[in-house]
Amino acid sequence: MGTITRISGPLVEARDLNEAFMYELVKVGEVGLFGEIIEMRSGIVSIQVYEDTETLKPGEPVSCTGVPLSALLGPGLIGSIYDGLQRPLPVLQSKYGDFVARGVIEPALDQSRKWDFVATKTEGQVGEGDIIGTVQETDIVAHKIMIPAGVKGRIEGIKSGEYTITEPIGYVIDGEKKHELKLAQTWPVRISRPVQKRLPPKDPMVTGQRVLDMLFPIAKGGTACVPGPFGSGKTVVQHQLAKWADADIIVYVGCGERGNEMTDVLDEFPKLVDPKTGAPLMNRTVLIANTSNMPVAAREASVFLGATIAQYFRDMGYSVAMMADSTSRWAEAMREISGRLEEMPGEEGFPAYLASRVAGFYERAGQTECIGTPEREGTLSIIGAVSPPGGDLSEPVVQATLRAVKVFWALDSQLAYRRHFPAINWLNSYSLYASEVGPSFDRSVGEGWTKYRQRAMTILDEEARLEEIVRLVGQDALSPKQRLTLEFARSIREDFLQQNAFVAEDTYTSPQKQLMLLTAICELYDGAAGVIETQEQYSALLSNPVREKISRAKMTPEPADGFFAGLMKEIEQALAQIGGMQ
Amino acid sequence: MKEFMTTKEVVGPLILVTDCGDVGYGEVAEITMPDGQTRHAMVLQTSHDLALLQVFEGTSGINPGTTRVRFTAKPLQIGLTPDMIGRVFDGLGRPKDGGPVPIPKKRVSINGSPLNPVSRAYPNEFISTGISAIDGLNTLVRGQKLPIFSGAGLPHARIAAQIARQATISTGEEFSVVFAALGVTFEEANFFIEGLKATGADARSVLFINLASDPVIERIAIPRMALSCAEYLAFELGYHVLVIMTDMTNYCEALREIGAARREIPGRRGYPGYMYTDLASLYERAGRIRDKKGSITQMPILTMPDDDKTHPIPDLTGYITEGQIMLSRSLERAGVYPPIDVLPSLSRLRDKGIGDGKTREDHADLSSQLFASYARGREARELAVILGESALSPIDVTYVRFAEEFEKRFVSQGEFEDRNITATLELGWELLSILPKAELKRVHKEFLEKYGKA
Repeated sequence: MGTITRISGPLVEARDLNEAFMYELVKVGEVGLFGEIIEMRSGIVSIQVYEDTETLKPGEPVSCTGVPLSALLGPGLIGSIYDGLQRPLPVLQSKYGDFVARGVIEPALDQSRKWDFVATKTEGQVGEGDIIGTVQETDIVAHKIMIPAGVKGRIEGIKSGEYTITEPIGYVIDGEKKHELKLAQTWPVRISRPVQKRLPPKDPMVTGQRVLDMLFPIAKGGTACVPGPFGSGKTVVQHQLAKWADADIIVYVGCGERGNEMTDVLDEFPKLVDPKTGAPLMNRTVLIANTSNMPVAAREASVFLGATIAQYFRDMGYSVAMMADSTSRWAEAMREISGRLEEMPGEEGFPAYLASRVAGFYERAGQTECIGTPEREGTLSIIGAVSPPGGDLSEPVVQATLRAVKVFWALDSQLAYRRHFPAINWLNSYSLYASEVGPSFDRSVGEGWTKYRQRAMTILDEEARLEEIVRLVGQDALSPKQRLTLEFARSIREDFLQQNAFVAEDTYTSPQKQLMLLTAICELYDGAAGVIETQEQYSALLSNPVREKISRAKMTPEPADGFFAGLMKEIEQALAQIGGMQ
Repeated sequence: MKEFMTTKEVVGPLILVTDCGDVGYGEVAEITMPDGQTRHAMVLQTSHDLALLQVFEGTSGINPGTTRVRFTAKPLQIGLTPDMIGRVFDGLGRPKDGGPVPIPKKRVSINGSPLNPVSRAYPNEFISTGISAIDGLNTLVRGQKLPIFSGAGLPHARIAAQIARQATISTGEEFSVVFAALGVTFEEANFFIEGLKATGADARSVLFINLASDPVIERIAIPRMALSCAEYLAFELGYHVLVIMTDMTNYCEALREIGAARREIPGRRGYPGYMYTDLASLYERAGRIRDKKGSITQMPILTMPDDDKTHPIPDLTGYITEGQIMLSRSLERAGVYPPIDVLPSLSRLRDKGIGDGKTREDHADLSSQLFASYARGREARELAVILGESALSPIDVTYVRFAEEFEKRFVSQGEFEDRNITATLELGWELLSILPKAELKRVHKEFLEKYGKA
């Protein structure tokens, strides 16, 4: 038992904790606030406290728990909403009221609920990561029960049946030792869960967002960063990904953001239906909410808790996507604690280890061969939002993140200002997965994917250059061909890239429809470029009703094959008509 | 209770007390000056026999040897009672209107507790402010936090007063205004008080006043006092509360002052690194709770230093709040009142608060069309400045005319003019009639036929 010697905001110092180890979870003060040891120096340990330290006094006791901050992993995770310490918020609400009380603890998983366990391996030798059975957790998620780390031996007494997470489902005999197996296990959140082998990501993660899938795709197991000034739509992008990304499991971490946004997710997800499975989206989602007014230190915990839960599902062989909104708030929490520890600051007051922490976090993503039998591959994709102050992308958090991630979706306040949503700037953004993912789309969706993607990128690039000229000397200086290019680019921007997240027909576009839509646009304008010579022909194109039809094409409900077949015919006719005007 | 005469250091608003035993973090202390007057202080950092305190009324006159410090073992609290309504208080919750001290029904820590996200109800009820630029395009919703980003010399106070006045009138339910003045001038505070009195709204308001001449450090406590009071009114008494806090810039300056006195490592522009968290602990206290009647809507006002939106104060505020109302100096110069620049303004919760059953079915389409057309008109106008008006195409000339009319008739309105939402929408359609029908791509055809003007 130790004693508090100093309190400064979320940082508490204590002495006489001789047994304590680094990153151990401790309980601080009479009220028993949760904290974590982050520094030990000549008998004094520094603790970052995850709850408000108001009225805490020097001299109050500090007790060790003997374990690092850990996540409880087992059936019941799906559909849960936790705070950064994995306390179930709905339980806290029903027991302690509308405001989050201090020092309260509730088990992360319901301990009384019986789960229907189906054993798939009942005899023989087992080792870490081996799947011994499943629990059908929701209608779309089969929760695989795995042998915990460090356990191996002969399996004994495994039986299918109804169990709670605290009852033994069987045993593993390792010589003299007898391990009790349960449906749930724990894992320290700061340690990345091990894998058999890392593999390079290769399959696309379809998001249904045209600008992302077509221009800047992310691979399953990839990492992406969404930086943007306020009001540019970071959160909407994150929500859209959480809704529509074709992952088996979604872990959404609201870290230091608005409370109402989490409410929005909570209200909306149970009502939304996954286009693949037809089940409510909540049935594949885990939410972690550590809103901006909740204690600062728990923000860091919330990000790592999310990654641990995500990796746990990855180890079952699922494709998992994790969204963290926003990692800047986590970095700010690091800065605050670092400042109170009186560490030597790096850039803008952030600690010198900012970049390594950020990189370590994104490195938890990847496509992996999982440990144990049966052989299986899992993926974890991480998409982190960054909130750079003043929209300045040269600030330390953005720069540290960019060094770690492979996809960069740059949100642009100018586009948002023009109400172009999603406000992802097509000139600054990039995806390093395009070369792997493109061929995969070519095979699975249709031949032209890479070709039309390249065409669209070229035209948008050309538009930027022509706009410069227009700005200097006016539109009159452009030739009809150049004007056509501008029209082409405008059509790509307005008819393809702009996507309304709040309109049912437009919020999700399948890759097939994306390709048909872009094909139609490219065919019309590239075809026109081949036949248009005179100003009259150009005007005839502008007034042709087929353009109006293309502009409404994105709103066509799916499947839209028939519509687009008709559209391609009309484009052909229009081109023939314009071509025949000479 | 023990008193200590062991003050060792006085730096800016901070004092260091030694040999004081174990003092609680965040605890309030009472300081007795040599001349007998008392002041209040809060513990910022504590270790055995050592406490760092921040003195609310300032440290002038404190003598380390003769000043007596007494620790109360309680955090900074506010006494709450329905009798507070209609009263004026200072930064520490003491009456400032000469009336008696209300007898509290309960006392709470001013820091409150974080609202469980599961308990929140999503804000989706329209509030009519009677101002077209807000109701029509950047709709305010009950439970929202929507700041006004202003600049020195712009009429933010008049706009806030107009909103307080008109939002009060147009709702039938229990409505109350909590007003927190943070380091504003007497004139500005007086303007609000008189404005509320003029409509009788003062009888339903609670005012917390810290004038520019009052101690800086009180500014840290006063918004928390006001919000604790608002939470009590909203979630225990069932009022719909509009909280106006002005000027948040002064609050942030006070934060910086304390940070500097504590020799903390500063973040951007000398503001403390935890300013985001600190501001969030205020702004996030807006909202609604499931199954409770009341709501807290926040309208903080801040003046952007040098009209710079990327300055840390507006920047961090924008990251926390649900949109912003941006005032524009050029509109002000053009004689437009209220000079709300609708393009950079945004209400994130608008879409949930408008539409059929709330305002009118065509509201979303209409506002999206007005935005787009006005943006295009402004762009064309800027182009005309560079290339001359003759360089504009005929359609661009029409757009320029639309933009001018839009500013003159839609944005502009009287300070005492309460335009209801139907009038605002009708006016919007009337302005759209300037443009050819083919240009109105963002409105559904049926709305154009039903509401469009010839």
